[in-house]
Amino acid sequence: MTAIQETGNEVGKARVRKEDARLITGQTNWTDNITLPGLAHIAFLRSPHAHARITSVDAHEARNASGVFAVLTGQDLRDEQGSLPCAWPVSEDMVLPDHPAMAVDTVRYGGEIVAAVVARDRYAAADALELIDVEYEELPPVLDMEEAIKPGTTKIHDQGNKSYTWELANGDLGQAFNDAPVVLERTYRQQRLIPEAMEPRSVVCAPVGDEYTMWSATQIPHILRLMLAMVTGIPEHSLRVIAPDVGGGFGSKLQVTAEEILSLLIARRLGRPVKWTESRSEGNVAVHHGRDQIQRIRIAADADGRIRGLDVNLLADMGAYLMLVTPGVPLLGAFMFNAIYKMDAYRFNCTGVFTTKTPTDAYRGAGRPEATYAIEHVMDDLAAHLGVDPLELRERNWIKHDEFPYDTISGLTYDSGNYEAATARARDLFNYQDLRKEQSERISADSPVRLGIGVSTYTEMCGLAPSRVLGSLSYGAGGWENASVRMLPTGKVEVVTGSSAHGQGHETAWSQIVADQLGVAFEDVKVLHGDTQVSPKGLDTYGSRSLTVGGTAIVLACGKVREKARAIAAHMLEVSVEDLEWTEGRWAVRGDPDQGKTLAEITLAAFAAHDLPDGVEPSLDSDATFDPENFSFPHGTHLCAVDVDTETGKVKIRSYVAVDDIGHVVNPLIVDGQVHGGLAQGIAQALYEEAAYDDSGNLITASLADYLVPSAADLPSFITDRTETPSTGNPLGVKGVGEAGTIASTPAVVNAIIDALRPFGVTDVEMPCTPERVWRAINEAKGGAK
Amino acid sequence: MRITVNVDGVRYDDDVEPRLLLVHYLREHAGRTGTPVGCDTSNCGACTVLLNGTSVKSCSMLAVQADGAEVTTIQGLAATANGTADGGLHPLQRAFHEEHALQCGYCTPGMIMAAADLLKDNPHPTEEEVRDGLEGNLCRCTGYQNIVKAVLKAANQEVKA
Repeated sequence: MTAIQETGNEVGKARVRKEDARLITGQTNWTDNITLPGLAHIAFLRSPHAHARITSVDAHEARNASGVFAVLTGQDLRDEQGSLPCAWPVSEDMVLPDHPAMAVDTVRYGGEIVAAVVARDRYAAADALELIDVEYEELPPVLDMEEAIKPGTTKIHDQGNKSYTWELANGDLGQAFNDAPVVLERTYRQQRLIPEAMEPRSVVCAPVGDEYTMWSATQIPHILRLMLAMVTGIPEHSLRVIAPDVGGGFGSKLQVTAEEILSLLIARRLGRPVKWTESRSEGNVAVHHGRDQIQRIRIAADADGRIRGLDVNLLADMGAYLMLVTPGVPLLGAFMFNAIYKMDAYRFNCTGVFTTKTPTDAYRGAGRPEATYAIEHVMDDLAAHLGVDPLELRERNWIKHDEFPYDTISGLTYDSGNYEAATARARDLFNYQDLRKEQSERISADSPVRLGIGVSTYTEMCGLAPSRVLGSLSYGAGGWENASVRMLPTGKVEVVTGSSAHGQGHETAWSQIVADQLGVAFEDVKVLHGDTQVSPKGLDTYGSRSLTVGGTAIVLACGKVREKARAIAAHMLEVSVEDLEWTEGRWAVRGDPDQGKTLAEITLAAFAAHDLPDGVEPSLDSDATFDPENFSFPHGTHLCAVDVDTETGKVKIRSYVAVDDIGHVVNPLIVDGQVHGGLAQGIAQALYEEAAYDDSGNLITASLADYLVPSAADLPSFITDRTETPSTGNPLGVKGVGEAGTIASTPAVVNAIIDALRPFGVTDVEMPCTPERVWRAINEAKGGAK
Repeated sequence: MRITVNVDGVRYDDDVEPRLLLVHYLREHAGRTGTPVGCDTSNCGACTVLLNGTSVKSCSMLAVQADGAEVTTIQGLAATANGTADGGLHPLQRAFHEEHALQCGYCTPGMIMAAADLLKDNPHPTEEEVRDGLEGNLCRCTGYQNIVKAVLKAANQEVKA
């Protein structure tokens, strides 16, 4: 799988999207738009306490309220609800607590479901919630990871507050740190974040006899169907899951949720279709959160800055329970702390900790933003410590372009990359030297507004994932993707993909790939996805996998179509198969290109089947499944300049340059959009967002009034560009771009802020770097009060 | 309560509960599901519609407050602007498409309606004025860069037309 195929006319073109036609006119099919005869509405009563025993639930009044069909409690469902699934038991001794979809006797985070009302409309359901009387016996909340694992702390689960410890080590760390001329030790905090996809979650579930159709705002219809079957015992072939138009996910809809399980159980119990749609404030406590780690990182270096060793110790907050991939998320970072650098020794140790907070799980980047933040932050610190330019320090340590493929200290093989080229391009676009000069001038003038320059030279592992690697990491499934191609008699093409887009533009990009592969018009391709009955096989969309894995499956399926067509074309042209070559989108006779057949002509002949060669079936349809042998490794250099007002602490991004190398590009318009959005989310972590709890364990950022998703007024325009070093792991030479911006931008911004403040002695500002925190950091460094 | 509302050119006479939100009226009584709900604190702006030509967040109004009003949603924008039944695309819709100013598309109806109001008040905005003017509408996918470009492009087209 090393040959890079010639691309045709469509791949690489900035096609405007097919999806837009319905999205810009309000014809979109969101789950909450779906209505069915007799549809009942579910509302969930959620725990107002972080940790409490449920001593009684009185639902009598609610059950008798007008328009209420049913009220269900944990006691009602305890024997049928099972436990919400965790697909990633990272170690044999990992503590995996029982996780009922509806709490039965104990609640372990504010927002956990304790009862459900099913009523004629959403207003009646909400009214009846207020009539349910739940008595709680409050238990102490456990909110601090370090406290949680101390002996004597209140146990959240019988088995204790530690879920697992997982370690990866390579090289002689002792030797690397012994007598090292430079050792830096830092502690960084990854704050807790809320994904905030714009579409709140929504589920509709309809029973027909003993079969069920579920529409859900999910990224993972295929995994969801499998898990619904495994949790409820309803046979898999009696379940159909549809992800209609889905309004963003960012990992938050990579989940099998309590609400989905309960909607199915309630639909079964009542024998009628049900709908649940969350409010934003409900979602902020109930949708899984992201990040939340304490990172202790030690780096040993020679006097010239060459890295000798890296030692990483993490505490990762699981929240109250392990959800679908909760324990595995920090471990994706295990392979990324070493980033683009060479070193002699490396150790990664992570302890997963339970707290009485909303469970965490994948959020855009999942483990890799955390790792990239820490290594890029400490690299800037090391550069400052040594008095070396931060780009120069990176160059002394990074893998050179002629050293690929390169086996990294964490055990991955980077297939390709060119860090020199991306960095050179970024420096030029950024006017790096001019900005450094201006920075010095402002320091000399003791300007109250300081200029800071932040560097982030990131890489990431994308294209999740080689099934064998997932198996070695104890993940519960593979990482392949499926596609099939259906040729219609009129020459139109239906492409079925197992990827499940929720804003990524697969309908457009996949059409471009198919147009080139089959020599058909872009407009003649229809992409079908997100319905387990239409697209029966797939592993869905997350981890920047859809193009590298799913796109490759499409290429392979198209190849099979072409080969089937070849035999029929040879028969039609009365030549042998060997005499034909695929050229300009048709099978033509070698040396006599006027003699040829387009796929449309061959398809019609196959459909009519009047004169097919013996033994050839009258169909060109094909199916392919691709399991990658390796990850792909996008990389890039991001440079950020900030103005920091040292009197107010206000940070303003003055310019931001992102040069990404994501291999070949299918659609530059879509790629730029992914980078822009990713940058915004990474900048949001650096400057604005934090899921904050009070001392009682209440989420105090439960609405968008308190959780500061940045608006257009809070963000700059970005300068984006690309270098193109193709991946060797797939025939398209692509690497993935969905998470790059988020991974790269957080350290670029924070490094810029610290760079501006180093003259005052500041070495860290905890995220989000609000004006107050920046001001306090300056004041403290100057010797003032905190 | 009895209300009369004109939604996208169609008159509706309905009895509604006084507490019914305008957005739920539009979605569930008038069937205009093109206007989605993104939050419950009027921060996200996904539900923005025009009420007598001025943008409002339809989640923070009651249906009864729209009695006697003309409401334009994303589904009626082109027809209202072009004066035709099929409508084609409004310049903002076209610009959003051409500039790739949407990804998941959930914020798009509200963003376009807010931008329509912005351009009505300020037909020649600067980039900064567009950014400030759309402050009440959140997008999680695009980083706003192409939204700003699209609004500026639509502004130029409307000037030319």
